[in-house]
Amino acid sequence: MTLDRRPEPGLRVVETQPRVGRAGDCSLEPERYELDERPAYRFELERREFIAILGAGLVVSVRGAPLSAQDRRRGGGDGSPVSERIHVGADGVITVLTGKVEVGQGSRTQITAAAAEELGVAPDAIRLVMADTELTPDDGGTSGSRTTPSTVPQVRRACAAARRMLLDAAAEQWKVERDSLSIRDGHVVGPSPEHKLALGVLVMSAFGERNDREVEPGTSVRGVEEWKVLGTSVPRAGAREIVTGAHRYPSDIRRPTGTLFGAVLRPPTFGARLESIDLAPAKAIDGVVAVHDGEFVGFAAPTSALARRAAAAVASNARWIEESTHSSSDALWDLLRETAERRSGGGGADGPRGGRGRGSTERGSVEDGLAASKSVLRAEYRIAYIQHAPMEPRAACAEWNGDGLTVWTGTQNPDRVRSQVAEAFRTSARNVRVIVPDTGGGFGGKHTGEVAIEAARLARAAGKPVSLTWTREEEFSWAYFRPAGLIELAGGVDGEGRLVAWEHTNINSGGSAVATPYDVPNVRARSINARSPLRQGSYRALASTANVFARECFLDELAAQAGVDPLAFRRMHLSDARLRAVLERAAERFGFERRRKELEGSKTRGAGIACGTEKASFVATCAEVEVDRERGTFRVVDICAAFECGAVQNPANLRAQVEGCIVQGLGGALREEIRFSGGKVRNASFARYRVPRFRDLPPIDIVLVDRRDLPSVGAGETPIVGIAPAIANALFAATGEATRSLPIHTAGFRAG
Amino acid sequence: MRFEFTLNDARTSIDCDEKRTLLEVLREDLGLTGTKYGCGEGDCRACTVLVDGEAVPSCQTRIPDVVGRRIRTIEGLAKGSELHPVQKAFIEADAMQCGYCVPGMVLSAVALLEKDPAPGDDAIVDAMDGNICRCCGYGNILRAVRIAAGRRESARKEETR
Repeated sequence: MTLDRRPEPGLRVVETQPRVGRAGDCSLEPERYELDERPAYRFELERREFIAILGAGLVVSVRGAPLSAQDRRRGGGDGSPVSERIHVGADGVITVLTGKVEVGQGSRTQITAAAAEELGVAPDAIRLVMADTELTPDDGGTSGSRTTPSTVPQVRRACAAARRMLLDAAAEQWKVERDSLSIRDGHVVGPSPEHKLALGVLVMSAFGERNDREVEPGTSVRGVEEWKVLGTSVPRAGAREIVTGAHRYPSDIRRPTGTLFGAVLRPPTFGARLESIDLAPAKAIDGVVAVHDGEFVGFAAPTSALARRAAAAVASNARWIEESTHSSSDALWDLLRETAERRSGGGGADGPRGGRGRGSTERGSVEDGLAASKSVLRAEYRIAYIQHAPMEPRAACAEWNGDGLTVWTGTQNPDRVRSQVAEAFRTSARNVRVIVPDTGGGFGGKHTGEVAIEAARLARAAGKPVSLTWTREEEFSWAYFRPAGLIELAGGVDGEGRLVAWEHTNINSGGSAVATPYDVPNVRARSINARSPLRQGSYRALASTANVFARECFLDELAAQAGVDPLAFRRMHLSDARLRAVLERAAERFGFERRRKELEGSKTRGAGIACGTEKASFVATCAEVEVDRERGTFRVVDICAAFECGAVQNPANLRAQVEGCIVQGLGGALREEIRFSGGKVRNASFARYRVPRFRDLPPIDIVLVDRRDLPSVGAGETPIVGIAPAIANALFAATGEATRSLPIHTAGFRAG
Repeated sequence: MRFEFTLNDARTSIDCDEKRTLLEVLREDLGLTGTKYGCGEGDCRACTVLVDGEAVPSCQTRIPDVVGRRIRTIEGLAKGSELHPVQKAFIEADAMQCGYCVPGMVLSAVALLEKDPAPGDDAIVDAMDGNICRCCGYGNILRAVRIAAGRRESARKEETR
């Protein structure tokens, strides 16, 4: 879709939606490290002149679903601004609007399908406008697996209402029953051939030049049993543009007035502050625009090579005040242990911002439970920092028009980036338009707006549009990291092999999934702050990649100590029916019990299992590993996962998400680890930071459990949590050596 | 300096600094943004183009090195509106999530299939191992290349149970 093309006049459907707040929609359990500070001020800006952009027509808005407890806690919902969801133009074009972004997870396809379902039209009859702050509602960030449970239902209600309005209008004109009408090929059609009216004509005659309609509360949507589009593998939207190279990602945006390319001078080490710099050598290069503003030093030029040459030309004369001491990936564990805020940490997964993490729990007495246990085990797990490393690094193209600024950028949070940019330039958010073209990957890593601000600063100085793409080294070094963590576990088992006490303490990496899903009478689970030497933020599935890993590995150790099979041990302590169901499905499909028997006594092969629940979805993962005792390495033989997220809306996309999670999770399980020292990342390249490649792909068997009786929830995160512990448990089974770190290595083995 | 080469079957002449890479010239001077920047170090192959039929990382290719040679980018693969079989196979197999790696993946597959029209999985993995997909959709990409190699049966996946 061309970004600048706007629909013609017509009908629009608006949704009045509770203001979820910039943070509120980010995740079910925001981590304390989520870089989602609320803006210092929230001005009541006048409602934008929507019609001026989209043209006349019917606009339907929706009043959203009741706020979640999370949203209420975070103060959302005090106002209920109207959010326009659908516009039906005089040209008959149906435009659906969402503030969500497409970063590969399939939201464009899914939301289009949801709209098509309710409107009763083909998906390709719908134009979906995503993440353009001038046009689309603030749907919060695209994170926390919230698109499916929050945004899709709103879009569906608006579309269902719009369909009724259109059909009612035609039914009234023709004096026929609404149920005898349908929408087909841009027309409302009725029982006989003369009942045919183009949507645009209908809209203009029935709704006039401008008509905002609000969706009535309680507007119903199609039940699962009536689904025609949802529940099927609707082909990915935009696939042709992707395979032909025609799609313009944020880094591909060029403006017709001519675009310069940017480069930024980064500090030599983390925390270094600029004392002085002489820009003259850069300015001497023909065509270069050089900017020094506070801590920012950047360059714009007709080519990126020239901009980088300008940066290099001044690098040697820049004087920096560097921090005298730096931590390192080796010293990290002591630092986290020493700075852990144990006393303040009872329930503070949210830390400084004052919220509460979902995970923190306390019931019974852990001390009494441990004292009464027959055997007690304690372990500490080390979780490395990792990077998201999306294929498209942070990128933005910024263009000023007087005081007005438009930025095309890859972010998972356009509205927050809009306020960050406005704040940086001390201007009103009204002057800033953020547009997010479908972007080359996010994984929780693109919530912030640094690159948008940098491109805008350069464009301001140059008086021309500037495109800035971070280098891979910048992306590895200056983007925020998935937090490192220390996880302390203690558990006690009685004489019958039953868990009686469980204590889980996460230091620094966050509160997601610290609470155990297993039945234990005495539990204390908490997440506490520590001093992170690196800038940290959210990652796919947040801290549950770490907490589920530690919990599931520890559980296998406890089971072994109690002399109980890991699957049987889980069954003994698992009463959550949905979690148990995926556990059984994965175990059955993988042949877990059969393989355990066959591999009993094997010195080279082992099978492991793990399960977890996050964001109201459920996963169980099995893996087999084979070790090479001479080389001290192991490899993953095969993987099986069962996943359940309610009613499946698009099987092909769901499968892709589950498989993508598993393979991405393989990276964190086997090799990914940020090495740093002296204020620098030491492996800031794909050559030294090994992400999964083709040859790392083991056979993966995926079982999608379709619960058509349950509401659909998101699926882009949870499937990642099971893979690392399943592998570690398989390694434990093969070698007897327990894993205490991510990436996985034991005294004798590491990934081959 | 002036450099001449054939780009997507068209004689092309460009005046630029000799140190510049093919990737930058394609993206910044010629407006062909289908070729992607991923790392600038030849490690991820998002920038893959075909030079005389060979898949090469354009970020590691200096402009003087392509003088007189035939370059094909993702934009030059389809014949008019008729997609190349590999492009069709990628769509059929849903071999993309964010899609940023896809132009490089498609061109690596095209180079492979032009040399070996019926590669086995090992040959596919060998040829494509340099191409990184961070959405980790390798499974569907592998299926796409199998389809393009005429092995539709082995590319079929089990459906939802």
